[in-house]
Amino acid sequence: MVRFLLKRVLLAVSVLLAVSIVSFLLFFALPRDPVTGMCPKNCNAERLERVRTELGLNEPKAEQYANYMKGIFVGRDLGSAQGGKCEAPCLGYSYVNSEAVSDTFARVLPVTLNIVLPAAVLWLALGVGLGMISALRRGSLLDRISIGLTLTFASLQLYFVGAVLLLIFVYHLKILPTPRYVSLFDNPVEWARGLVLAWVTLALLFSAIYARLSRAQMLETLSEDFVRTARAKGMAKRQVYGRHALRAAITPIVTIAGLDVGGALGGTVITETTFGIQGLGRTAVEAVRQGDLPTIMATVLISALFVVIANMVVDLLYAFIDPRVRLG
Amino acid sequence: MGRSKSAPSGGPDRPSVPEQRSGEGPYLQVKDLGVRFDTEDGVVRAVDGVSFAVERGRTLGIVGESGSGKSVTSLAILGLHSAKRATITGEIFVGGRQLVGLPEEQVRRLRGRDMAMIFQDPLSALHPYYTVGRQITEAYRVHHPRAGKREARQRAVDMLGRVGIPQPAKRYDQYPHEFSGGMRQRAMIAMALVNDPDLLIADEPTTALDVTVQAQILDLLADLQAEFHSAIILITHDLGVVSQVADDVLVMYGGRAVEHGSVEQVLRRPQHPYTWGLLSSVPSLHGDPDADLMPIKGNPPSLINLPSGCAFHPRCRYAGRNGDRSFTEVPELRPAGEEGHLVACHLPAEERTRLFAEDIANVGVAAG
Ligand SMILES: Nc1ncnc2c1ncn2[C@@H]1O[C@H](COP(=O)(O)OP(=O)(O)OP(=O)(O)O)[C@@H](O)[C@H]1O
Ligand code: SF4
Ligand SMILES: [Mg+2]
Repeated sequence: MVRFLLKRVLLAVSVLLAVSIVSFLLFFALPRDPVTGMCPKNCNAERLERVRTELGLNEPKAEQYANYMKGIFVGRDLGSAQGGKCEAPCLGYSYVNSEAVSDTFARVLPVTLNIVLPAAVLWLALGVGLGMISALRRGSLLDRISIGLTLTFASLQLYFVGAVLLLIFVYHLKILPTPRYVSLFDNPVEWARGLVLAWVTLALLFSAIYARLSRAQMLETLSEDFVRTARAKGMAKRQVYGRHALRAAITPIVTIAGLDVGGALGGTVITETTFGIQGLGRTAVEAVRQGDLPTIMATVLISALFVVIANMVVDLLYAFIDPRVRLG
Repeated sequence: MGRSKSAPSGGPDRPSVPEQRSGEGPYLQVKDLGVRFDTEDGVVRAVDGVSFAVERGRTLGIVGESGSGKSVTSLAILGLHSAKRATITGEIFVGGRQLVGLPEEQVRRLRGRDMAMIFQDPLSALHPYYTVGRQITEAYRVHHPRAGKREARQRAVDMLGRVGIPQPAKRYDQYPHEFSGGMRQRAMIAMALVNDPDLLIADEPTTALDVTVQAQILDLLADLQAEFHSAIILITHDLGVVSQVADDVLVMYGGRAVEHGSVEQVLRRPQHPYTWGLLSSVPSLHGDPDADLMPIKGNPPSLINLPSGCAFHPRCRYAGRNGDRSFTEVPELRPAGEEGHLVACHLPAEERTRLFAEDIANVGVAAG
């Protein structure tokens, strides 16, 4: 088990390193000069050159990269134009927003977390629950309705559903405020009212996918020999389904859920854009558009970190659920 | 019940199921069993009018090609068909209780307690995520709700030991994938026997195992039967296995019984052309391993559209010998001559005997 863990952690670290190098290189492969983004008007060559030197963009790429990584682990001095000393983990200073990237993240990261985590709870509960019931009542009216609904929602687009919900609840019925992020600790009611549309939109679309997946998984599991064995032992159906079938059916869903949540934490670009909420996703997109290297690097790294962590959690859960993984 | 119970706690834990045992007659009696599935393609008559009986301490072998309805029959006895998809007709008496049409809850209480089943592939039949011991304990506690954890565990360990698994206490905590195929099947048997059932159905229990292990498992079943005095149904493709362990044999074709009798009768003096075909395709029963095998030509029949008359007629060499009866009239299962020997074939008894002697036995089958 310890070796298993150690291997996963090593793997995770190398993945993150690789991601950081690749995104660094990709950035410079872009056919645009990051500095132009920073002085839209009255830019003469001399000024551009000065900014470039200040940002350290004239140094060799390897050195820039080394400096960046050094900042993350031990901190570094960014020079007076960029807020001076930057403590570890230093993510740099935004070329565009005139603030340390870590400050930007302190603002936008909670937003995305608060969108994704409650939505994930909703979509998992709704999707898996519906899928399981559908499977157990295969062919019933409920099953058929659920198939129809899930098929519809799975084929809809986030921005469409989001826009419709916005139109109904915010502009028409006016029972919800324009979506925004309020800290849960400041005002729980407003927190929920401000984000509920984002949760519901994500949950509707994702739960449709999860319902279909869970139904298929459960149906497959119900035809497994070990389910028949459990029934042959004289166990009641409830026990058979709850204990034997559910546990086997849920395993692959755990994997996919982990990866989906991990991915969503890296940014829910469309949701944030649809509802005009500034989270990780929108920040990332804007950073790319503006050529804001430090912010891009940070968003990429953080998204990658989420995915890597999600993977590790899934692996651990898997090992916990399936003894064959644990021992094999 | 006239036999020693090996459960540590004896009988008091048994939930009350109306005990209306006749005390007389075979433990299992199946009368005119029919199992029908309504599918999109049509009605599948998987079992049609099958009757047989098994007494305690005796073993009935059920043989027949793939798809002949053997498993469907055994699942019907345990009441494991979905009530929604399968229509079951006829009567099934287990220990005197008629089970067809009984509410699920009442059948459930007998399942695993009075009647238990061993499946073909023990790897897929055991839950991969639970320890072997836990799965056995669970089988015990379902029917002994008042048994404590420790008692149930002890019982499971005892059973593991009884079926010949070394270091049963240690094996208890292992998972199915840590067992070898043979050990897994032993564990399955331990699980099936943990409640000391009176009826054990083994559906191809050795097919997934290699030959040496097969023999061990069959020996084990025989030993356990001698000890527990249970009625056993052994389903198999392997006539060699039948000849070793069964007392009686039922031959099924297309969901129907075509021949029924003692092992001696059915394997030595078979009366049905299909049984002849089965016997001729088993090398182990030939005196001479090089003798020409006579596998049955053609494919098993469609159960949705069974051939008219005798379902075997498209594949039967002798179908033309009975006018058009073989093509139009379903042969009933009738006494074949000897006491207890039944056969469903239009051929006159003398002709059957003669044909068997001339066409089949001289190839070496009867010498088996
Ligand atoms: N739930 C079901 N729905 C429809 N048809 C079924 C169902 N279960 C079994 N059948 C059909 O019933 C027939 C008999 O199946 P069964 O499993 O009893 O065969 P078998 O004699 O056990 O064969 P094998 O030797 O391959 O195990 C098969 O044609 C099968 O397709
Ligand atoms: S009834 Fe006719 S077709 Fe059927 S087995 Fe007998 S001879 Fe063959
Ligand atoms: Mg079968």
